[in-house]
Amino acid sequence: MLGIADPWVAAAYILCLLSALLCIVYGAVNWNRGEEPPGAEDRHWAEEEDKFEEEL
Amino acid sequence: MNDIPLYSIIMVLLYLMLMSYLVYRGYRTTHNTTDYLLAGRKTHPWVMALSYGATFISTSAIVGFGGVAGLFGMSLLWLTFCNIFVGIFIAFVVFGGRTRQMGHRLDAHTFPEFLGRRFDSRFIQVFAGLVIFLFIPLYAAAVLIGACEFIATKFGLTYNVALFLFSSIIAVYVVAGGLKGVMYADALQGAIMFVGMLILLVVGYVKIGGIVEGHRTLTGLADLVPENLQAMGHRGWTAMPAFGWGDPQYNLWWIVVSTITLGVGIGVLAQPQLVVRFMTVRSRKELNRATLVGGLFILVMTGVAFTIGSLSNAFFTEHGEPFHGRVVEMTDPQRHHAVVALAEFDESTQTWRELQTDDGGRRKINLVLDPEMPYLADAAVAGPGGEPFPVARGRAISIVYAQGNPDQIIPLYITAAMPTWFGLIFLLTLLAAAMSTLSSQFHALGSSIGRDVYEQCVRGSVRRGASPTRVGIVIGIVIAVVISYHARGDYIIARATAIFFGLCASTFLPAFVGGLFFRRISKAAVIASMVGGFLATAFWLVLVKAQEAQIFGLAERLTGGKPSILADYPNWAVVDPLLIALPISTVILIAVSLLGKAPDREHLRKCFAD
Repeated sequence: MLGIADPWVAAAYILCLLSALLCIVYGAVNWNRGEEPPGAEDRHWAEEEDKFEEEL
Repeated sequence: MNDIPLYSIIMVLLYLMLMSYLVYRGYRTTHNTTDYLLAGRKTHPWVMALSYGATFISTSAIVGFGGVAGLFGMSLLWLTFCNIFVGIFIAFVVFGGRTRQMGHRLDAHTFPEFLGRRFDSRFIQVFAGLVIFLFIPLYAAAVLIGACEFIATKFGLTYNVALFLFSSIIAVYVVAGGLKGVMYADALQGAIMFVGMLILLVVGYVKIGGIVEGHRTLTGLADLVPENLQAMGHRGWTAMPAFGWGDPQYNLWWIVVSTITLGVGIGVLAQPQLVVRFMTVRSRKELNRATLVGGLFILVMTGVAFTIGSLSNAFFTEHGEPFHGRVVEMTDPQRHHAVVALAEFDESTQTWRELQTDDGGRRKINLVLDPEMPYLADAAVAGPGGEPFPVARGRAISIVYAQGNPDQIIPLYITAAMPTWFGLIFLLTLLAAAMSTLSSQFHALGSSIGRDVYEQCVRGSVRRGASPTRVGIVIGIVIAVVISYHARGDYIIARATAIFFGLCASTFLPAFVGGLFFRRISKAAVIASMVGGFLATAFWLVLVKAQEAQIFGLAERLTGGKPSILADYPNWAVVDPLLIALPISTVILIAVSLLGKAPDREHLRKCFAD
């Protein structure tokens, strides 16, 4: 297949393309899903992160 | 040094000006995490995903593993599959959202801190911080070596000069505050890497006659595999190595599958510098969107690097600089494959002289004779005092041109196969890829020693970990440079990367997975699992895995000169520590959790937001 004699290597070649396709389809289908409004924990975490980055 | 045309210099300057503008704009518009995370600032998902990709993919993947593909072949595409399916899909879809939520709930800002707070243990945080601090320089060295190999080849410098120059740039970069990633600059680097690798793919296939024809040509080169690799089970660049157990002819299969594919493919899930990225994401929506871009990006990065690395053999046997010599044996007359004793033209005597090995033998290599002109026209010449012989002309596989160093294959290929302007763009791309990954590595290193080790060990003190962080980063850079200076050859870039990824997987992955998904996992179990995974990895590297054990020398002392304590048992000495240590740390985690006391319910409520 595709000039590759060993089916195991051909399978890897095809699986690379299919797994990338899986990521593309998943991302496209869920493009607008999963919005999470930030809560108090997120706010506190972000403020701490800024302090941490500043120290670093 | 190579001549560089004026238009190339202008392109490089334009590129640097654009980078400077984006860095400036990034500083102006992205004030801090609070703004980004809470104030509703819009960041395009392509920008976020490309910057993630630029951090994930470095010179290690492109130069190091691409070179290993040039040596071992397209079986490395199993690693690309793991990079995409495990490193992107599983990581983003299964791990990302939970890591973000739990990290925010626990107010964790580093990977060790995440583990420490999830299991309410200072020991876990300090231990994880120490492991990262001690071993991430090895991974940083892999990135450094990859960049320096390319700089040296591109500009005709010696490796050590390239190392000195690049290390100086890094030192200045870190001192100037380069540890703070600028998303727009990272994203531009990612975009250039993406376009650069696409050009590389298209030109690479065109140069050897297209996809199917190129693969067929590569398949037809199988008999050119050097004898030492054939003895390990190498069956050609489009075939898996021979599979089996209990015989040295299966060694290569175990190297490709256990070290290259699984070590790096699984280890990505527990990479400290990547895990913390999930916590800086605003919502699951961004992870969903990044999955789309990330999958495509990694395919074009490692997929192209490994494919082109393998196909470089077809390129060099058709377009490489020719070798000359006396045909010893025609191994495949139809394909013009021959074993040739190398010869060189002696100007003083105007004759061809056969080259000799150190022990006085003939220097023989496998060549593809030039189909247009397999023998020189004026070949009726002789070595001094010898019979006249027709001087054959042919080309060899990549590793011959790389003089036995796989890390040289991609730099040589880019220099030989691509136009000069692309070589310069590719150089800048690789430097950018190296810088973005190095900055995240030194960020992880500094925070480990400052926040996770120092601050935890002097608890109660008002002193913060800024100074230890700086000292730690300087020590880390020095260690990485020293490793880069001493370690070259034997596909060290891929091996060093695999060691760090495997160590992270064996030490952290069971604890990380347990912490995210299972409430029954106890503190004692995590401590036992992490220490067990670390010790099992260390034992295997120091005493069993021959290539690494030889560096320490302990196995040689114990066995009276053998490279591994299992040297008499074929295949064991090439099996990656991951295959031993990860099952050990997983079993310890489960067993101790089941046998021991259940975790505190109140703490679990805090972690899982019940």
